[in-house]
Amino acid sequence: MNRISPLHRAVQQRNLMIGGILTLVTLGMALLSLHWTPHSPLDLSPARRLAGPSAVYWLGTDHQGRDTLTLIMIGARNSVAVGLAAVAIGLGIGVPLGLSAATARGWWDEVAGRIVDVVFAFPAILSAMLVAAILGGGALTPILAIGVFNIAVFARVARAAAIQVSGREYVRAAIALGRTRTDVALRHVLPNIAGPVVVQATVQFAIAILAEAALSYLGLGAQAPNQSWGRMLKDSQSLLFLAPTQPLAPGLAIATAVLGLNLLGDGLRDILDPKLRPLRAA
Amino acid sequence: MLAFLVRRSVAALITLTAASVIVFLLLAVLPGDAAQVLMGTEGDAESLAALREQLGLAGTLVGRYLDWVGGLLSGDLGLSATYATPISGMLVDRLQITVPLAGMAVILSTLIALPLGMLAATQQNRPGDYGVMAFTQIGLAIPSFWLGILFVLLFSIELQWFDMASFPGWGDGPIPAITALLLPALALAVSEAAILARVTRGAVLDTLREDYVRTARAKGLSPGAVLWHHVLRNALIPVTTIIGLQVGFLLAGTVVVEAVFTLPGLGQLLLLSINNRDLLVVQAIVMLAAAFVILVNLVVDILYALIDPRVRRGAGR
Repeated sequence: MNRISPLHRAVQQRNLMIGGILTLVTLGMALLSLHWTPHSPLDLSPARRLAGPSAVYWLGTDHQGRDTLTLIMIGARNSVAVGLAAVAIGLGIGVPLGLSAATARGWWDEVAGRIVDVVFAFPAILSAMLVAAILGGGALTPILAIGVFNIAVFARVARAAAIQVSGREYVRAAIALGRTRTDVALRHVLPNIAGPVVVQATVQFAIAILAEAALSYLGLGAQAPNQSWGRMLKDSQSLLFLAPTQPLAPGLAIATAVLGLNLLGDGLRDILDPKLRPLRAA
Repeated sequence: MLAFLVRRSVAALITLTAASVIVFLLLAVLPGDAAQVLMGTEGDAESLAALREQLGLAGTLVGRYLDWVGGLLSGDLGLSATYATPISGMLVDRLQITVPLAGMAVILSTLIALPLGMLAATQQNRPGDYGVMAFTQIGLAIPSFWLGILFVLLFSIELQWFDMASFPGWGDGPIPAITALLLPALALAVSEAAILARVTRGAVLDTLREDYVRTARAKGLSPGAVLWHHVLRNALIPVTTIIGLQVGFLLAGTVVVEAVFTLPGLGQLLLLSINNRDLLVVQAIVMLAAAFVILVNLVVDILYALIDPRVRRGAGR
């Protein structure tokens, strides 16, 4: 029914390619910053504050005279770390929860469903503020809050995919052969729900980067001396009249990372499962 | 239908109760004593006990929880530790900014998304479609607070169309207040519009494949009439659902956007209360938001079941 035009196919592959490249740029900046940055992030100098781009300071300097590119690279490290940790928490707890709910059904499915509902009652930013009220700001606050939210997302995706797969013949055949339910779930269902789970993981990575930036912007994320894109935006805002180009670099860094991961997710989805639409929620 | 209604309402009530226990416990088991923190080093035992009583910190955990829930239900949320005024009154003041802000964002995002989604669907896999999809990708990637800062730069500092003065309030009629909320609402609406345009596109595409659309075309209706009378109406069902489900996230988005535009709404109060460790206020706001999200989900589910009988016979979720 749905004819696939050459233009359509080209766009699909381009999604994957552009998304992959942009994601690599973000990951590359984060990794590179561990070993090398153009300048030291501690190299302050009021004399050269708010300078424009130059041969020495490619993206200019911030309100304390620090090199903007250096701060962006170190901010990438923070975003990637929070994103990876939050997705890992979601995958590690959410997928087993969803898979076991789909396998066991009955009361356990009902309980798992209620847990997911409760988590979804708190949008990620709000639960992060709750965590911040308890722990105070810091790198752990966004990781915990977004991670808990991701548990619910992955549980729901894994459960839905697992129930769909459970009806397939190879699963029924395995059950007919007398395999235990756990064995069937781990050997036959889990590998076959990997596609939607991987796609969701890229989307959640992107959402985690956005949420982390929002929390740091509010002052509830990474604290000085750690760098984050959200805090750079916060700092830039008080100087809008003096230095209107200051918000550009951190904002573009966030948008590039999120756009890259979303395009990568779309491209992967087209390859892995054309019918699937990932959850879009933050 | 009645069975579905009862089952779904009970589920929502359980979720609500669980959410309230979580909000209460998380803030009740905090290390350190809020009264002690507020008193500092100067408090003697007697005034400390009095303050504990005032903050609802006296008694057993279960007793305190029941007191708190009873207060929530009767609208008595206690006193703010920072301002020593009733919390319920503070919330009512702040809601006069946050509710219109979120409402305007919903309206703006719908106005942007519906035409774009329909354009994309009718132009499927052609340039118009790719243009709209490119917009949605960019809309999803741009954080609302960055967009807000860019709006301030462009419209307030460069063009000077909007001044950055504080929120004028609703006292001088709706026009100044709505004008002040326009840029924040637009900053909030863009990413919502991106999500909604994608959903609209998908829903219109699904509807275009239905038999009754082919019938309408076959009997000679103009493409515009088919789109308006047959496609859009049916496609609006999933679109409305998503608008409902996004309300919670929109509410969370207002926190950030209020910070960008320094609007004294609910989000600003929440942020301020976290920084002041005014925990009763934090509890009240987070609980209010969670209850609102649960209620909206319930209403959306019930509406969906009214429209689509298959949902009622489903497995309950």
